[in-house]
Amino acid sequence: MSILEIIVISLIKILLVVIVMLTTVAYLVYFERKISAWAQNRIGPNRVGFHGLLQPFADVFKLLLKEDIVPDAANRPLHTLAPFIALFVSFATYAVIPFGPSVNIFGYDIKLVVADVNIGILYVLALTSLGVYGITFAGWSSGSKYSLLGGVRSSAQMISYEVSMGFSIAGVLLLSESLRPIDIVNAQHGWMWNAIVQPIGFITFVVSAFAETNRLPFDLPEAEPELVGGYHTEYSSFKFAGFFLAEYANMIIASCLIVTLYLGGWQNPLVDISGLTGTVATLLYVASFLFKVAFMLFFFIWVRWSIPRFRYDQLMNLGWKVMFPLALVNIIWVAALIMIFNL
Amino acid sequence: MKIDLILFFLLAGIAVVTSILVITRRNAIISAVFLVLNFFALAGLYLLLNAQFISVVQIIVYAGAIMVLFLFVLMLLRTDNESPILSDKRPLKYFAILISVFVFVQIAYLLFAGKPSRNITPDEAASINSGTIQAIGKELYTNYIIPFEVAGFLLLAATIGALVLAKKKFE
Repeated sequence: MSILEIIVISLIKILLVVIVMLTTVAYLVYFERKISAWAQNRIGPNRVGFHGLLQPFADVFKLLLKEDIVPDAANRPLHTLAPFIALFVSFATYAVIPFGPSVNIFGYDIKLVVADVNIGILYVLALTSLGVYGITFAGWSSGSKYSLLGGVRSSAQMISYEVSMGFSIAGVLLLSESLRPIDIVNAQHGWMWNAIVQPIGFITFVVSAFAETNRLPFDLPEAEPELVGGYHTEYSSFKFAGFFLAEYANMIIASCLIVTLYLGGWQNPLVDISGLTGTVATLLYVASFLFKVAFMLFFFIWVRWSIPRFRYDQLMNLGWKVMFPLALVNIIWVAALIMIFNL
Repeated sequence: MKIDLILFFLLAGIAVVTSILVITRRNAIISAVFLVLNFFALAGLYLLLNAQFISVVQIIVYAGAIMVLFLFVLMLLRTDNESPILSDKRPLKYFAILISVFVFVQIAYLLFAGKPSRNITPDEAASINSGTIQAIGKELYTNYIIPFEVAGFLLLAATIGALVLAKKKFE
């Protein structure tokens, strides 16, 4: 392939991923409201469009048309920069997630991942560790006590859970012997899903993912009864929409990561058995990936409307005294499996 | 011009400009922001040298962990009464200038007299291979196992020390 072809193919993939992400984010908000309504025995949005299907667009236009207020005490450049950092981090992570096997289109062999990087998982870890900045800068630059407290809380929370997240991933890496996401997916061929082989690591990773995305039961950075609105108290209009978008994009990323690392990525043993090959099989694999991600997203929302918020000290205790040791136990467990079964 | 040369000058320029901004800004938090940008430029330079692992670790460790802790402390302390330190204490300023000139001369001497790159052959494939995480892991756990373990013990000692110091205050 020439450089021009590579650039064009990459651009098409990036465009595809961004469009899918943006629509998913919009409809995720809709489904969040519908599922919360279902959990609380209400109806939920049903005025705009058929069963409220146009509600996301109404919400977006409402946010766009609002006045953009910047407090006097705010540090203007950082106040503007913060939502963009948050958005950049959540969208850039998607680059290394494989959503299907290689396909052959018009004679080109195309891998269904935006960037097939050797150190993909480290790239993900680097970006998630940068995610703290968006929230921290937002908290500090607003010049408000509530925002600052929210920002400080979030940095402490995210740093703490990054540790157990990293150690849970170590278990996956021991089995796949590679940091390349495609290799990790291939290593989970058949029913060798990491969620089945190493259930403890799966649990610690999912819990850390909840903490990293600031979702309930760990949404302390924006806990509204204590901190008004947390780090985005002083944000309005499109900048607020930026944080909102980033939170939901982070949820999608977390679900994609859980599926890639623990639920076999795009693999589907049923398709393997059925003996289908070619385009049909590829489409089925991509569909299984999307289905698994959709299920994880439903799980995220389901948990939010079922479990109350943790207190701050409980959150820290859970992170350091429960999740971190469990992640270490998981590494020993995986190492023992490799020793005994020569995996 | 080759594309990696253009990238080198771009990244090096960013690194120089941001590092100057780090020491000239009055507000400590803004300085920290430019320091993070500087780390990014350095990470890009490492990538140009085919050192993928070092480049990502630079971001994870320095930008992702250490700078976040710095910011954490800066945000909780009132840093606005720190700024007159240098203007009040003139001798301190001259001392700082002296030290930086001294370090600069040292580095310049090492670069020009030592020629650190003279032993390296421009073998691109070997250079890419030696920068991968597999190669670094193999080296760390075979040839450099003792320094690696010693570093581990040092970190453990530092962690325990920090715990003891923090615990004393609460009891």
